[in-house]
Amino acid sequence: MTMTDQPRTVLGTRLLRKEDPALLTGEAKFTGDIAVPGALHLAVLRSPYANATINSVDVSAALAHPGVRAAYSGADLVDLWAAPMPCAWPVTDDMKSPTHYPIAVSKAAYAGDGVACVIAETAAIAKDAIELIRVDYTRHEAVIGLEDALSDRVVVHDEIGTNRSYTWDLKIEEHEGDIDAAFAAAAHTTKERFVHQRLIPSAMEPRSVLAMPQPFGGDMTVYSATQIPHILKIFVAVVLGIPEQQLRVIAPSVGGGFGSKLDVYAEEFLCTALARKHGVPVRWTEERSEASMATIQGRAQIQDIELAADEAGRLTAIRVRLLADMGAYLQLVTPGVPLLGAFLYAGVYELPKAYDFSCTGVFTSMTPTDAYRGAGRPEATYAIERSMDSLAAQMGIDPLELRRRNFIPTASYPYEAFSGLTYDSGDHDAAATMASEMIDYAGLRARQAEQNVEGATKRLGIGVSTYFEMCGLAPSRVLASLNYGAGGWEAATVRVLPTNKVQVVTGTSPHGQGHETSWSMIAAEKLGVDPSDVDVLHSDTALAPYGLDTYGSRSLPVGGVAIANACDGVIEKARQIAAHQLEASADDLEFSDGVFRVAGSPDKEMPLAAVAWEAFTAHNLPDGMEPNLEHHTHYDPPNFSWPFGTHMCAVEVDTETGEIEVLKYVAIDDCGVQVNPLIVEGQVHGGVIQGLAQVLYEGAVYDGDGNLRTSTLAEYLVPAAPDVPPITTGHTVTPSPTNQLGVKGVGEAGTIGAAPAVMNAIVDALSGLGVHDITMPASPHTVWNAIQQAQGGSQ
Amino acid sequence: MEISVTVNGVTHTGDVEPRTLLVQYIREHVGLTGTNIGCDTSSCGACSVHLNGEAVKSCTVLAVQADGQQITTIEGLAADDGTLHPMQQAFMENHGLQCGYCTPGMVMAATSLLKENPNPSEHDVRIGLEGNLCRCTGYHNIVQSVLAAATK
Ligand code: FES
Ligand code: FES
Repeated sequence: MTMTDQPRTVLGTRLLRKEDPALLTGEAKFTGDIAVPGALHLAVLRSPYANATINSVDVSAALAHPGVRAAYSGADLVDLWAAPMPCAWPVTDDMKSPTHYPIAVSKAAYAGDGVACVIAETAAIAKDAIELIRVDYTRHEAVIGLEDALSDRVVVHDEIGTNRSYTWDLKIEEHEGDIDAAFAAAAHTTKERFVHQRLIPSAMEPRSVLAMPQPFGGDMTVYSATQIPHILKIFVAVVLGIPEQQLRVIAPSVGGGFGSKLDVYAEEFLCTALARKHGVPVRWTEERSEASMATIQGRAQIQDIELAADEAGRLTAIRVRLLADMGAYLQLVTPGVPLLGAFLYAGVYELPKAYDFSCTGVFTSMTPTDAYRGAGRPEATYAIERSMDSLAAQMGIDPLELRRRNFIPTASYPYEAFSGLTYDSGDHDAAATMASEMIDYAGLRARQAEQNVEGATKRLGIGVSTYFEMCGLAPSRVLASLNYGAGGWEAATVRVLPTNKVQVVTGTSPHGQGHETSWSMIAAEKLGVDPSDVDVLHSDTALAPYGLDTYGSRSLPVGGVAIANACDGVIEKARQIAAHQLEASADDLEFSDGVFRVAGSPDKEMPLAAVAWEAFTAHNLPDGMEPNLEHHTHYDPPNFSWPFGTHMCAVEVDTETGEIEVLKYVAIDDCGVQVNPLIVEGQVHGGVIQGLAQVLYEGAVYDGDGNLRTSTLAEYLVPAAPDVPPITTGHTVTPSPTNQLGVKGVGEAGTIGAAPAVMNAIVDALSGLGVHDITMPASPHTVWNAIQQAQGGSQ
Repeated sequence: MEISVTVNGVTHTGDVEPRTLLVQYIREHVGLTGTNIGCDTSSCGACSVHLNGEAVKSCTVLAVQADGQQITTIEGLAADDGTLHPMQQAFMENHGLQCGYCTPGMVMAATSLLKENPNPSEHDVRIGLEGNLCRCTGYHNIVQSVLAAATK
C-alpha cells in the first residue's frame, strides 16, 4: 500500500511553519550574522572592463594601508589552486571550457571578473584598500550580442579560439526524413523567434562566506549562503586540495537562492584558501552592485522554433534552434541549462517522433549565466506556449481549444513521449477546465469582443499557458546519459530517540522552502508522532554527510521520498522488536498511529515509544539485532516527476501609454499529493511573480562595451508589492505513481507557467492592432513602440 | 564620536566612526543581527527599523543621527514572555515569509504602516510596503498577513 491510499492526518494539512518564529524575531542566523572575533574581511577588486589583458597588478599601496593583512593578484594565488573552478556538466565530449581561476591571472573576461583581492581587519578597510591597487590593463573590444559572438568577430578566450562552446543535438524521428516530410505536408506551420533577456536572480540575501580554519588540527569549516553545501564541500576539496574528511560545510539560514546559490563561486574558494594560508577566519559578504556582476545571471537565450500541424492543429513536428549565452565562463551547470528545457518544447502535447532540437552555447563578454528558477524549462515552455498562440491565431481558433486538441489524453498515462521519457501522470483537461472556470474564460472572451473594438484604447487580453515542470532531478542513470557530473539520489536518516522523539537527517538544503516543516510532517505521518516531536537536521555536512542539496524542485520528490523510505526502514526494525516482545509473528503486526497491534488480538499492542526504549536499552532484542532505532537510506528516483498545470491571465493594455494592468491571474497547479498546501501556495505565488517580472519588468542591460547598466536594485526592477497582482491559486491532485508519497515537486512551476501566460495575454490584447510579439521586458515604452510599428507609425 | 542610543529599551553608549551607518551600528556594535542588509542603494527595505516609533531604512541613517533616540528592531517586537507581536503572528499564520530575509524589515514597515492607517485596503498595503522588496513570496501572503494583523 502506498501512502496515497491511506487515510492521512498530518500530510495535506496547512501546518504553520516551524521555521517562522526564529525568522520572525531576528533569532535566525544568516552567514553574515555569525559573529567571529578576529575574522579578516575579504574584498575583491573587479575589472571595470569586459575584455582586457592584465599586464601588471601592483598591490603595494594596498598592502601599506593600515589594517590590511595581505593583498594578492591572481598570479600571486595560482599556487593555491589544486584545480581550476569546476563546470560539472560537460554536455558534449568536445565542449570548450576556458580555465577559470577564482582570481583572473592574465585576462579579465567580463566586467566584474575578480583581478585582485585584499584581506583586512574590517570590511570597510578592505574596501578602501582595493581602491589602492593599480592594475595595468590593455582593453579589447567586448562582444555582447549572441549572433555577433557566434561569428567569432571578437573571440572571448584566445586560447580556445572560438566563442562556440558546444553544440548539442537531439534529433528524434521514426525514419530519416520524417521531420522534413512533416513540415512539407503540414496544413499549418509557424516560425517564431523568441528572445529571453538576461535576468539577475536577486535573492534578497546577498552571498556570504565565512571560512574558519583550525590551523593545527587541519580542519576547515566553511559557512556559505549556498543551496549546495554538499556539492560545495566536494569542490572545495578538489579546488584547494584540502582532504575532504577535514572539511565541514554549513549553510545556515539562507535568504533565497532561485538557482543563484546553486553554484560554487570564486569567493568561497578565496575565503577558504586565505583562511588556510593565514590561519585566521576570513569572511566576505557581497554588496548588491557586486552581486549583479559576480553572481550568475539567468535565461539569456535566442530561440528559433517551428511548429508543423495538421488540418485540425495537431502537432506533427517541432524544430528548435537555440543560441544560449554562457557568459564569459562556464559555471557549475551553465552549459546544461538549455538541455533541461530540451525535452519540454512539446509542452503537454502529443507529438509524434518528429523532433529536431539543436542548441549552441556561446561565450560572451558578460557575467556567466547558470540555473535561474526553472533553468531551461521556463524558456522551453515560453517558446511552445507562445507558438501555440501563433498557431491558433493563424488558424483562427481559440487558443484554449487548440491546446485541448493537443493535450496528451489522461488515459494515456503513464505516457511514453516522443523523447523516450515517460511522463508519470497528468490530467491537462481538468487543470485547464478549472482555470477557465476560475477566471471565467468564456465571460472574458465575451467582454473582450465588446471591448476591443476599432479605436478602443483600453484593450483586454486573455493569456493561457499550460506546462510540464519535469523535476525531481533525477534518475542518476539518465543524468549520466546527459553527461551530468553527479547523480540524482538523495539521502535520509530517521532516528527514533529513546524518549520517542524523532530526528530526521536530510541531504536537502532549504533556503525558504520550509523543509523543516514538510519533512517533519512526512515523518510524523509515517511514525504516528506529532510533527512538533520531529527535528530536521540539514545543511551541515557534519550532521548530514550525504546529500545532493536543493535545486530543480527535487527536494520533495527525491529527498522527501527518501525520508518516507527511511521511516519504513525504522518501522520494519521496530516491527521485529515489537514482535519479539509481544511473542507474535512480525507478519501479524499492524502499525498505525504509532502503535503495533497483533492482528486479531486487539489487546496485544506495543507503542513505538516502548519499542524505542527497548531498542535503546538493548536488554531484550531479537538475537543478532543491533541496538537503537535508526535507518539510513539513499533513494535514486526511477523517473523524473512531471508536475503540470494551466495558468491564465487577463490584462488590460492602454494603447496610448503602453501601460499594462494585470486584471486577474489564475494558477492551477498539479504537483501531485500536497504535503502542506500552505507552502505549495507560497511557492506558486513567488514563482508566478518571478515569471511575470521577466515579462513586465526585469532585464539586465549591458552597453556595447560590456558594462552592466542595471547593477543596483534602483536600476534593475525587481517588482515591489504595488507592481504585481494578487494570485488566485487552485489545484488538481494527480498523484505520481513513481513514489510512495505520490508527490511531484512545485518550486519552479509558478515561474514556468507565468511568463507565457502574461505575454500571451498582452499579445492577445493587441492582436487586433497587428501586434504579433513584444520584446521582454514589455515596458510601457516597448509596448507603445510595438503598437506604433504594427500600425506603420500611423497612430 | 561617542553616541548614546536606546535600542529595544536598553541604552548603549560608545564610540562610532562618523561614517558608520545605523544598520552597521545595530548589527556590529549592539550585536543585534535580525536587521538585514539587502542592498546599497536604499532600495530593498531589509534594514527597516523604528526610529522613535516610525519605520526608517537604517542604511539611510548615520549612527550619529540616532544619538539620543529610541530605536526598535525586530528583536524588540515580541513580548518579554516570548509572545509574538500580532504582526509577527499574522505573518506566521498567513505564510507571509519564506526565506525570511526580507521579513524583519517587512514586519517593521508593516507595523508602522498600521500605526498610520489602522484599516488599510489591499491597495493601501501594497503602496505602503512599496519600499520593501521580497523575492520569495510574490507579496500575496505578505499583503494577507498585514490585512489580517489589521483586524486583530
Ligand atoms: S539595506 Fe537598507 S534599503 Fe536595502
Ligand atoms: S521571504 Fe525571502 S525575500 Fe521575502
